[in-house]
Amino acid sequence: MTNYTPTALAGRRLPNRWDGVALLLVMGLLIALVDVGRGTISTSIATIQNSPIHLDPAYLPYYALRSTARMFAALFFSLLFTLTYATLAAKSRRAGMVLIPILDILQSVPILGFLTFTTVFFLGLFPGKVLGAELASVFVIFTSQAWNMAFSFYQSLTTLPNDLQEASRCFRLSPWQKFWRLDVPFAMPGLVWNTMLSMSGGWFFVVASEAVTVGNTTFTLPGIGSYVATALEQENLRAIFYAIIAMLVLILLYDQLLFRPLVAWSAKFRFETTATATGPEPWMLKVLRRTALFQDIGDFLGGIMRSLTRLRLALPARTQIDENQEPSKLVDGFWFICIALVAAYAGYRIVTFVSGTLHWSDVGTAVLMGGFTLLRVMVLMAIAALIWVPIGVWIGLRPKATRIAQPIAQFLAAFPANLLFPPVVLAIVYFHVMPDIWLTPLMLIGTQWYVLFNVIAGAAAFPGDMKEAVANFHIRGWLWWRKVMIPGILPYFITGALTASGGAWNASIVAEVASWGSTNLAAHGLGAYIAQATAAGDTPRVVLGVVVMSCFVIFINRILWRPLYAYATRRTTLG
Amino acid sequence: MDQNVTQPLVTVRNCRQSYHKEASADLVVLDDVDLTLNEGEIVALLGRSGSGKSTLLRIVSGLLKPTSGDVRWRGEPLRGPAPGVAMVFQSFALFPWLTVQENVELGLEALGVKKDERDERSEEAIDLIGLGGYDTAYPKELSGGMRQRVGLARALVVHPDLLLMDEPFSALDVLTAETLRTDLIDLWMDKKLPVKSILIVTHNIEEAVLMADRILVFSSNPGRVAHELKVPFAHPRNRFDPAFRQMVDDIYGIMTRRAPKEVHVPAAAVPSGFATPLHPVSTNLISGLIETLYGAPYQGRADLPALAAALQYEVDDLLPLGETLQLLGFAALEEGDLILSDIGKKFADAETEDRKEIFTEQLRANVPLVNAIRTVIDQRSNHRASAVRFRDELEDHMSPEYADETLRAVISWGRYAEIFEYDEEAQQFGLEEEDEEEEA
Repeated sequence: MTNYTPTALAGRRLPNRWDGVALLLVMGLLIALVDVGRGTISTSIATIQNSPIHLDPAYLPYYALRSTARMFAALFFSLLFTLTYATLAAKSRRAGMVLIPILDILQSVPILGFLTFTTVFFLGLFPGKVLGAELASVFVIFTSQAWNMAFSFYQSLTTLPNDLQEASRCFRLSPWQKFWRLDVPFAMPGLVWNTMLSMSGGWFFVVASEAVTVGNTTFTLPGIGSYVATALEQENLRAIFYAIIAMLVLILLYDQLLFRPLVAWSAKFRFETTATATGPEPWMLKVLRRTALFQDIGDFLGGIMRSLTRLRLALPARTQIDENQEPSKLVDGFWFICIALVAAYAGYRIVTFVSGTLHWSDVGTAVLMGGFTLLRVMVLMAIAALIWVPIGVWIGLRPKATRIAQPIAQFLAAFPANLLFPPVVLAIVYFHVMPDIWLTPLMLIGTQWYVLFNVIAGAAAFPGDMKEAVANFHIRGWLWWRKVMIPGILPYFITGALTASGGAWNASIVAEVASWGSTNLAAHGLGAYIAQATAAGDTPRVVLGVVVMSCFVIFINRILWRPLYAYATRRTTLG
Repeated sequence: MDQNVTQPLVTVRNCRQSYHKEASADLVVLDDVDLTLNEGEIVALLGRSGSGKSTLLRIVSGLLKPTSGDVRWRGEPLRGPAPGVAMVFQSFALFPWLTVQENVELGLEALGVKKDERDERSEEAIDLIGLGGYDTAYPKELSGGMRQRVGLARALVVHPDLLLMDEPFSALDVLTAETLRTDLIDLWMDKKLPVKSILIVTHNIEEAVLMADRILVFSSNPGRVAHELKVPFAHPRNRFDPAFRQMVDDIYGIMTRRAPKEVHVPAAAVPSGFATPLHPVSTNLISGLIETLYGAPYQGRADLPALAAALQYEVDDLLPLGETLQLLGFAALEEGDLILSDIGKKFADAETEDRKEIFTEQLRANVPLVNAIRTVIDQRSNHRASAVRFRDELEDHMSPEYADETLRAVISWGRYAEIFEYDEEAQQFGLEEEDEEEEA
């Protein structure tokens, strides 16, 4: 399986002023959403007709279909966003200066923290309509998918091979033709891989975004997520069990019908000059490729696509590069002033929004809560490493075991962990143990698999001749781990750990508070802080919590994971 | 139409390409270059890497705008890629996700040619270039030679007046390259190529003499046309014809001739040694070449073309090596010959440890940059010096690529000679621990 550097690991290392500007802009935008939402809310938004959720398992296929439809709607918007936003950022230097830091911040902002803002906004746009709630839910899923897709596309666009660019210009392809002939195909493997990761991660948010309570507004949209929420409310353990089964089937279908065929298909676009041995063709791809009917459909769609992309749609464009032409300082200066003004205004709005209700002590509380959550994440990562590194290495060094275990780990990573919360919550209630400790593992249930499958990939990629050399010199035991295996898998492990810890922060918003019927459990932490503020409709505290959490995530990415990753790749690769 | 017959395809006058640098003067890549291309001829631009010949090719293609100078295509000023120009790339530049036929049709699509005509013309080009039957293959399924044939077909299918070739055969093995050259020349002689003129960039002397009607030899740093030669032989040419050999030999002589003194930078900059670009040649290669020169059949003196053939080296591999030997005082380059000096002979006779000593001496005596670095290290109380500062200073005198190569050369030689240590991670020069104690 190919591994791509997670987008959060690439690029600039130290926080700089652009991060500050971007953070201001993102938060300002969120507050503006709330304002617009509020402004249009004249009628009570609580009047959405909530169709009751039936716990009869016969309804589950329909609910699953609705959830899947939301996922694909979000995917459509994510793709649209990716192709436009990333292109703009890559083609325009000035736009890129602002857009990329914003993207960087966005991918560190806890997605579930958006719920408040987007719910208010979309419900405000369509007062009293289900459409508003649907859009709010789709938007949450979109925010869980779009950023890393856009980042991956942007990175591809900035690393386009020079000779192919020259060839496109020399043969005078129009920008539109070049986009479809060069840009998109070149970005395809990374984009498909990130899209699939996004979708895997997206199930979590599908489940989380269907039943939402913001202040006194509650909506439940037909889907697996609200099915579970209703089951929790009614203390129906059997229904939760049904939901888990339905989700397993759904993920299995998604994995077999979409994920594997798409990833295998995208290998065609991999930019390499030698034909590499590829794994067996996924059965679904085989069906698509060998069945006459599917082939006809494919040819038909491909034909339309091709004739569209072949259009010139030429705009007058500069094709001759003038290396002596320097960007105009005047326009640059004007641009910087514009950005500074907008950022200052955003900062002003944030301050006025927050200062009315918040004091400095609130910031202290939020940071302290962040500290608790940080401690949890760190302890969990350590435990996960201790458990999964030996297991992953054991599996990775055995090709047969890898073939069996790797798809299972990827499959488990896609499974929305929030469906597994209820049994744990039930156990905590039953045994009367401390939620501060026992709610913690929930944060990592879903994302630990990233550690496992990256470690497996790392161990499997360990060079054969080095394995032989190690055996030849009789290197064993602790020395083997210290000098051979740990350095060998380090970049892979860091990739997995970053994804897992980022996911854990996000999950804390749903994992640090839990309820079973009328029993509510809450741990101390920033996730619980945001969740409680959301439930209370206390938007300033949500903003504060989201900002603090974003800062924690950005800070840890920048001072821990990125340097570690850069170090690991530099030190553990030859040449 | 009639006037086009006499009009040259391309004229380049007083062309200059330089990169603006903040601190110091502009870096000149091409200086005062003139070029005229007529219909019906093959012209080769021959030069070492970094001599600006590829830059000139890109200027002629319209991809790059020169800093100053006049570039005309059929008498009209050139502003962007001209419709009558197609290019063949060193790296082939094929789109891996397109089949052979789709790759070939690319230029036609851009022209908005209808499907039927596209099919017909691509079929024609594919057959002409000997790719029939490979239409639906993907580039990664093909060998290097076949890939470059696709590159050729893709350029020919648009029926360009001028075919530009940027070191088209240098990524291929010797036999494959030869086959492609011969095929191309045969098609050209039979007037089967839908082109009027070919401009080929190469660093391979024999290739230039084999293919071109006219050769422009470039000198490096800054790139200039040092010589223009007409190749009087009729096709097909015989590599072993004495006249052919003589011409190759002559060009070797031209290319190894020392640049006239006036090119050198002001005297003030010389003592620090920052102005001389160095080639990052490994010490093993240096020893190896000295040993080869010393032994039979060369006995201390080798004819460069013969040496290149024996070692299977291109000019671009051999000349930097020869120049490095000359710089370090181990050998001298004279009229296409490489002659071992007395020190070189002593080095060849010596044992490993003694060799190191001789090398250190020669390095200290001939590469002032090494001494400069050591001096700075010694002056510092912590005995460490950042490489960045030396790179910056080098960049005042040469292009960033040259500066980088020079620094790499100095680091590798200085480490071997144990003059200093280098910490890649921190990009810092330092001293070995025992040295440090001595100093303290």
